[in-house]
Amino acid sequence: MIPEIGHFALIVALAIALAQATLSLSGAALRIPGFMAAARPAAQGLFVFVAIAFGCLAWSFFSSDFSVLNVVNNSNSRLPTPYRIAATWGSHEGSLLLWVLMLSIWALAVSVFSRSLPEDMVARILGVMGLIAVGFLSFMLFTSNPFERLLPAAAEGHDLNPLLQDPGMVFHPPMLYMGYVGFSVAFSFAIAALLDGRLDASWARWSRPWTTAAWIFLTIGIALGSFWAYYELGWGGWWFWDPVENASFMPWLIGTALIHSLAVTEKRGAFKAWTVLLAIIAFSLSLLGTFLVRSGVLTSVHAFATDPKRGIFILCFLAVVIGGSLSLYAWRANRVAPGARFELLSRESMLLANSVLLLVACGAVMLGTLYPLFLDSLGLGKISVGPPYFDSVFMPLMAPAILLAGVGPLIAWRKGDAAQLLRRLRWVAIVALLGALFVPLAFGRWTALTSVGLLLAFWIVAGTLTSLIVRINSKAKITSAFVGMLFAHAGVGVFVIGVTLVKSYETERDLRMAPGDTATLGGYDFRFEGVREVSGPNYTAARGAITLLREGETIARLSPEKRVYLVQRNPMTEAAISAGISRDVYVALGEAVGGDAWTVRIHIKPFIRWIWFGCLMMAFGGLLAASDRRYRVAVRRREAAAIADPTVIRSGAA
Amino acid sequence: MKPRHQRMIAIAAGVALIAIAAALVLNAFQGNVVFFFSPSQVAAKEAPVDRTFRVGGMVEKGSLKRRADGLTVEFIVTDTAKSIPVVYSGILPDLFKEGKGVVAQGKLGPDGAFHASEVLAKHDENYMPPEAAHALSQAEAEKAARSVVTPGAVAPGGKR
Repeated sequence: MIPEIGHFALIVALAIALAQATLSLSGAALRIPGFMAAARPAAQGLFVFVAIAFGCLAWSFFSSDFSVLNVVNNSNSRLPTPYRIAATWGSHEGSLLLWVLMLSIWALAVSVFSRSLPEDMVARILGVMGLIAVGFLSFMLFTSNPFERLLPAAAEGHDLNPLLQDPGMVFHPPMLYMGYVGFSVAFSFAIAALLDGRLDASWARWSRPWTTAAWIFLTIGIALGSFWAYYELGWGGWWFWDPVENASFMPWLIGTALIHSLAVTEKRGAFKAWTVLLAIIAFSLSLLGTFLVRSGVLTSVHAFATDPKRGIFILCFLAVVIGGSLSLYAWRANRVAPGARFELLSRESMLLANSVLLLVACGAVMLGTLYPLFLDSLGLGKISVGPPYFDSVFMPLMAPAILLAGVGPLIAWRKGDAAQLLRRLRWVAIVALLGALFVPLAFGRWTALTSVGLLLAFWIVAGTLTSLIVRINSKAKITSAFVGMLFAHAGVGVFVIGVTLVKSYETERDLRMAPGDTATLGGYDFRFEGVREVSGPNYTAARGAITLLREGETIARLSPEKRVYLVQRNPMTEAAISAGISRDVYVALGEAVGGDAWTVRIHIKPFIRWIWFGCLMMAFGGLLAASDRRYRVAVRRREAAAIADPTVIRSGAA
Repeated sequence: MKPRHQRMIAIAAGVALIAIAAALVLNAFQGNVVFFFSPSQVAAKEAPVDRTFRVGGMVEKGSLKRRADGLTVEFIVTDTAKSIPVVYSGILPDLFKEGKGVVAQGKLGPDGAFHASEVLAKHDENYMPPEAAHALSQAEAEKAARSVVTPGAVAPGGKR
């Protein structure tokens, strides 16, 4: 019964989404207040019904209802409860439902936090989001129904892929999707503004916190995915340039360009058309990512079984959305009034250059990701484009972007003062050069790339600190948006330090070890104590015991595992990590090779935690920026107005 | 500076940037693109000799051997028509199994064996790496075509 309720709720949701799209868009175009007023209740109704559908699917997984095909394929009664619930989005169908749920949450948020927006703007925004929901809901209902029944019911399920049975599965997909789908808000704002022709600074001010919020989720989602891959896949890598990783990284790059471009549009009224274009591209790339991941065209951890019908549906949807929005852009963008003038040496031009660099870097990533697919689909041979391509293209393009990010906050808007800038940059350059020269000494090995990486990292950190000093000296108010910028830029520096040091100084060895054997790597001794059998809730494991010593003293006891899950019978490596600020020691079990001996892989990863810490700093910076007071002024005004209207108080406080 | 000059400079900078990016991309493609060959193609000497490439197919049953050092393994990758011996030193991925799909990246050695620097296996038990699936279906199709065109070639004892 529950799955039928869920299925029915999806159908109702589709009907509501259709009404939301047609009523609000036509209402806004024809100026019919009654139609426009339907936008908010429709968005809220859409959320309710999608949430019901999601709840029903989650319940089917939780209660192990093996008459539902999706549950049979992706769950098992012995699966621990948190993973049983996370399995809801472990399949193609379930992850689409999660996508739509996120979309309806964003639309709900817009409907609640938009009291300061003109009525027709809200109607257009929610109308566009309704259109997107129509596309995805019909995709689900016509090609990938998550509630499909299996008759007769199976006795037991095939279990969730062991790779996915991890806390990462609980947090990574929702965060990532929240970010992905969040760009639909920026997209809808852009389309609404194009339809309306009202592209001004206040448009940027409305759009900005939403875009930043989506960007925060996406940043955290990607960082979580990277961290998960690091400890789960047993290879010790933190980024593989896997097409699916790229699919989430491309919207991030454009999203980063977008939040910076929005800053210029809000503060100076410039780059309006460029900002709108970036908003369209960011969401188009989110859709492209969905297509790449869900159509099964990719070889990847994330790829599900191929179904050409699904691929074609998403491809058509993609063509309609991207083609439609770009045509609208081409038609309307020339109506945008030019913004305030600025000189070549100004913060505007730094930000413009940076967003172009990010766009070009994104294009290079896209080329490397899609080129093999094009060749393959044209029957021109099979190739793969691996990390060396991305490393050698992406880094040279990002290096100037990071240099500019260090300079940008030190230049005034409109017209910079070259002499003053050089004075400020003098210290930044000295710090960066000293760091680049002396830090490698501590590691005892020097390469040019190490110094370049460190130079960039120290440059941006020193530049950021200098901008703080300048701000303090100028006695201007220090807003939370400014502090957010400091955190995010310093986070980039921390991230680059982590990447540089890991790339330059990581070491790894594959060994054959018998009990009592000791191996040495990077000043650490690893003593292999042996392996014993243990059993978990739905797996059995060979658990190794390795004592980690430094100068004869025990630092940690590591227990890497080789698990065999009872249902799918596949082995799974569970690495053991001794984590630290300055290094991770990473141990993974290979396989038994006769007697009590095992193959063992050991890694030392200097400063690897800095990579994810840097991402968290960026996300935190985004949080500070999005919660800046000037966005909340509107909230306060709303609260004052709400005295007359008690229904608004709740939304204002939420 | 006049706005028109500024715009010219901005456009020139943009064009220069795109040119640099294109140069980087082309250069990186030239050096880093890895081609895929099936064991039949390798047997027909279509694969390059001192360039890294990928080979894929099925791990032949009973072919996995471990050398005395405990780390180096040898196995045979087949597309059912032809096969190629592969040598790899290191830890195999979790889902590497005899009789299942595999893709190896490396170089062809003078000994005729494929020296892999990386071995990739499927991520899921129902899932075959597309390259490996492609190699198998290609070999199947060729066998079928041959048996239709020249029925005599598959006579008992006939050379394949």
